[in-house]
Amino acid sequence: MAGSYGSTLRYKNVERIKSIGKHTLLGASGEVSDFQEILRYLDELIIYDNMWDDGNSLGPKEVHNYLTRVMYNRRNKFDPLFNSLVVGGVKNGQKYLGMVGMIGTHYEDNHVATGFGNHLARPLMRAEWHEDMSFEEAVKLLEKCLLVLLYRDRSAINKFQIAKITEEGVTISEPYALKTFWGFLAFQNPTKGAEGSW
Amino acid sequence: MDPDLSAPHSMGTTIIGVTYDGGVVLGADSRTSTGMYVANRASDKITQLTDNVYVCRSGSAADSQILSDYVRYFLNQHTIQLGQPATVKVAANLVRLFSYQNKNMLQTGLIIGGWDKYEGGQIYSVPLGGTVLKQPFTIGGSGSSYLYGFFDQAWKDGMSKDEAEKLVVKAVSLAIARDGASGGVVRTVTINAEGATRNFYSGDSLPLWHEELEPRNSLLDILVSGASPEPMSI
Repeated sequence: MAGSYGSTLRYKNVERIKSIGKHTLLGASGEVSDFQEILRYLDELIIYDNMWDDGNSLGPKEVHNYLTRVMYNRRNKFDPLFNSLVVGGVKNGQKYLGMVGMIGTHYEDNHVATGFGNHLARPLMRAEWHEDMSFEEAVKLLEKCLLVLLYRDRSAINKFQIAKITEEGVTISEPYALKTFWGFLAFQNPTKGAEGSW
Repeated sequence: MDPDLSAPHSMGTTIIGVTYDGGVVLGADSRTSTGMYVANRASDKITQLTDNVYVCRSGSAADSQILSDYVRYFLNQHTIQLGQPATVKVAANLVRLFSYQNKNMLQTGLIIGGWDKYEGGQIYSVPLGGTVLKQPFTIGGSGSSYLYGFFDQAWKDGMSKDEAEKLVVKAVSLAIARDGASGGVVRTVTINAEGATRNFYSGDSLPLWHEELEPRNSLLDILVSGASPEPMSI
């Protein structure tokens, strides 16, 4: 939930997950102002879609595709939006999860991540994700990833939100913090017995 | 990840040295980073030079380590030749010598703290260029930017050992809250006539600051306890 300003943790309550229409959740990392601009674009898109009043509504696949086009076209103009986006949702019983980067790289998978998550979280998810996980199992896996990222990513803070989307609707949790572990014996006095050892 | 290649090379650390009535307290965070990755989340940045003199290291890990090694080596010889413990002033000056003469190649800021029988507890600041300044307290590292106002208000002369240690722990903890390059646990070393004592303060024992929340085991615990089951409306 952090909005960093260089290496300063300037804003510690930025909400980086938003719901789009009825069927989609969007999460963003990177520049907050660009994310806010993307939300404005999506607002326009959703309103335009609603005005048709034809019973159809944009689903996660469509939102993902739209965002891919936006990001890629901006990249071609050498004026990118500095975000990595995660798009997920459910429409007509079909689940969807995808990612779009600032240069337009995009793909769809059962588990996606941005930034350091690509290096730290995806291996964990590859090992532990399986079809038909329960909500509880999914939360546990996500929290495992979030904790590693909290330890190892300088721009992370101990404040998280987990969002869920099902056919029934959207839930975005209140911000919460995770317990961290520092109790390894080796952490107490790492240079004991060998001053000048690192 | 989108690494910010134009970000300034900042001294990722928070280090503090404070004198009190009878000795000194040195404090530091425990985060060592390479770019945005935390290479070591439990490093020990307070390094021993002699039995009675320790140094807080910030800036380049490599530079501060090699400098400490050299200073420890020569201080050791000096102690043998002198026949008694080296003074804090000598240790600080040795650090200055290396820092100043190699100023074009080194990038490290140090805080020397210790106790000797002639002048009691002393703190010396040796920043980037090799200046030496004796001070009642000093702060260093990238996290120190967030502490100038705090110390202007909170520092007072003639504190007790416990007051000084509490102040140092509070300060490092505040810096960790705002500096991305600082984090982990708070380590302190207190040096006085009795010797040097190490302490370790981990996340759960530190106070919570603005916008920080009480840590939990999992979101599931919160949901199970029946808090806000309805979906959030936008």
